[in-house]
Amino acid sequence: MSRYLVRRLLIAIPALAGISLVLFTVLALAPGDPFEELATNPNVPPEVRANLRHQFGLDDPIPVRYVRWFTSMLRGDWGFSFVSRVDVVTLILQRLPTSLIVLGSAQVLGLLVALPIGIYAAMRPYSIFDQISTTFAFIGFSLPTFFTGLLFILFFSIYLDWLPFIYRADIGGTGWPWLWAHVKQAIMPIAVLGLFQGATTTRFVRSAVLEVIRLDYINTARAKGLSEKVTILKHVVRNALIPVVTLVALQIPGIFTGAVITEQIFRVPGIGSLLISSILANDTPVIMAITFVFACLVVLFNLVADLLYGWLDPRISYR
Amino acid sequence: MTPNGTVSRLREASATAPPEPVAGALPLPRRRGDRTLWQETWRRFRRHRLAILGAFLLAVMVAAVVIGPFIYRVPIDEIDFKAKLKGPSWAHPLGTDDLGQDLLARMLYGGRISLAVGVVAMLISISVGTSIGAVSGQVAGWVDHALMRVTDLFLSLPQLPLLLLIVYLFRDVLKRVFGPEAGIFILIVVVIGGLRWMPVARLVRAQFLSLREKEFVEAARGLGAPPLRQVIRHILPNALGPVVVAGTIDVALAIIAESSLSFLGLGFPPDIPTWGRILFDAKDNLDFAPHWAIFPGTAIFLTVLSINYIGDGLRDALDPRKVL
Repeated sequence: MSRYLVRRLLIAIPALAGISLVLFTVLALAPGDPFEELATNPNVPPEVRANLRHQFGLDDPIPVRYVRWFTSMLRGDWGFSFVSRVDVVTLILQRLPTSLIVLGSAQVLGLLVALPIGIYAAMRPYSIFDQISTTFAFIGFSLPTFFTGLLFILFFSIYLDWLPFIYRADIGGTGWPWLWAHVKQAIMPIAVLGLFQGATTTRFVRSAVLEVIRLDYINTARAKGLSEKVTILKHVVRNALIPVVTLVALQIPGIFTGAVITEQIFRVPGIGSLLISSILANDTPVIMAITFVFACLVVLFNLVADLLYGWLDPRISYR
Repeated sequence: MTPNGTVSRLREASATAPPEPVAGALPLPRRRGDRTLWQETWRRFRRHRLAILGAFLLAVMVAAVVIGPFIYRVPIDEIDFKAKLKGPSWAHPLGTDDLGQDLLARMLYGGRISLAVGVVAMLISISVGTSIGAVSGQVAGWVDHALMRVTDLFLSLPQLPLLLLIVYLFRDVLKRVFGPEAGIFILIVVVIGGLRWMPVARLVRAQFLSLREKEFVEAARGLGAPPLRQVIRHILPNALGPVVVAGTIDVALAIIAESSLSFLGLGFPPDIPTWGRILFDAKDNLDFAPHWAIFPGTAIFLTVLSINYIGDGLRDALDPRKVL
């Protein structure tokens, strides 16, 4: 197991290097110049600009810049935002908690929806309940999050006027009112993302449970007189959830990407909206750092999914 | 005899189990009522009611955006401030936007581009994926190894951030080279297609690995078919089933990707009103012009839903284990 872990980690490093190389090449080939703003500003003499370019090492050849960038990334020195004049790490750490709270709750909500519905639908395949839930799952993942978001705002904020549609991180106050204000503004982004996740997962849970529920050992469990509840929860679900756990781990990077859109709709000050604003402002170090963080997440959760799968399913052997 | 015939005959045999002719009694004459794989697929596809409904809905949408602008001849960019932000009326069936432009005309025109992006991006991802998967599965050895590493690398790229980044960075160059409309179209289609071929490549490779050990391919090899003919005539047609399903779903994913880009303001410019772009413009006026967002949003939703149902129907129809 630990040898497998080490080997898997060793595979992850070239993967990250490859991803960073792709990202860096894309940026290096692009025509945009982070000093464009200075170039058009008449108050900045060209010598200063040249000095700055030199100081930031923008005149060096691309491979040199890549190696320098990658080694400093590894050392934890992620550079300096051109726009907000703060360390990139500080900027990301500022935004990350908000994103994590929203995304984490959304994933939990998704599972809370998907597990009971998926399991129950699979217990009675092709029943009315199954057909209705399958239809809703289909609708759920065909509805793009940007449209659900707008519909939610339209209904809950404008028509009913129950929930605020702009997320504010700086709500003042203390105690319960403060907490309630925070919960209220988080409901819609969490629901939009969570229901989308839930719809995708429901289908998967259903088919995973259906695969297991037909197996012989389930008949045995029923035949020896176990109650339906024990049979389902202890015998079926445990085994059916193995692929579901893997799927959830693999979904997590995708949720982060989905967050880009949701955060933009509800103006959640998270890492996704930071990405959009820095792309629009041509803030290269921040863009690179966030994209790289996303890439790390993908690689990390692939690893987690592999390990979990092997840990949960003893039939998988590590070689 | 084509491998297609073999497959459908075997499939029929397993479904209705008529006594098969004794092995060795080659060649089997084609009986009447024998169907090719695709006729058989269509027969099975028709059983999936929602898929048929989806196909019908999609056909209506496609017909609307293709023929619609010829019948409904209101210009997409006629500015009329007297009629701005109006809800649906006889003059403007789907209402107007903040410049008084007719939404139906804009949606019909923009829908062409939204759907075209979906189809072209799918064609790109399918052809890249199929070629890489086929080469990987057929050639094997270090080529296979290298291609699969590249596939893994692309799979771990963060899709949406990269999409945003590339479109943002290369937008102006392509606009200069190909003109504003074609430039953005080419860019978006290539990037979406170029980030979506990996699942197809893996699928095709897996199919190739199992198919090339099958008896009918061995027979073709034994009869002296050169590798290229084995691939094109015998392996590829039988590997296409899952690719068709993946391709269908890819159209939906590409439409969503383009709409997301446009919705974030990084896709098509305002004079090319794709459905996502209309939503982007509409989102700040939700409180007094909800129709502006609801119509294009519903159009995206219905298109994606229909395509997903068609994909589901095709998956069932092409799954030989499923009795329909």
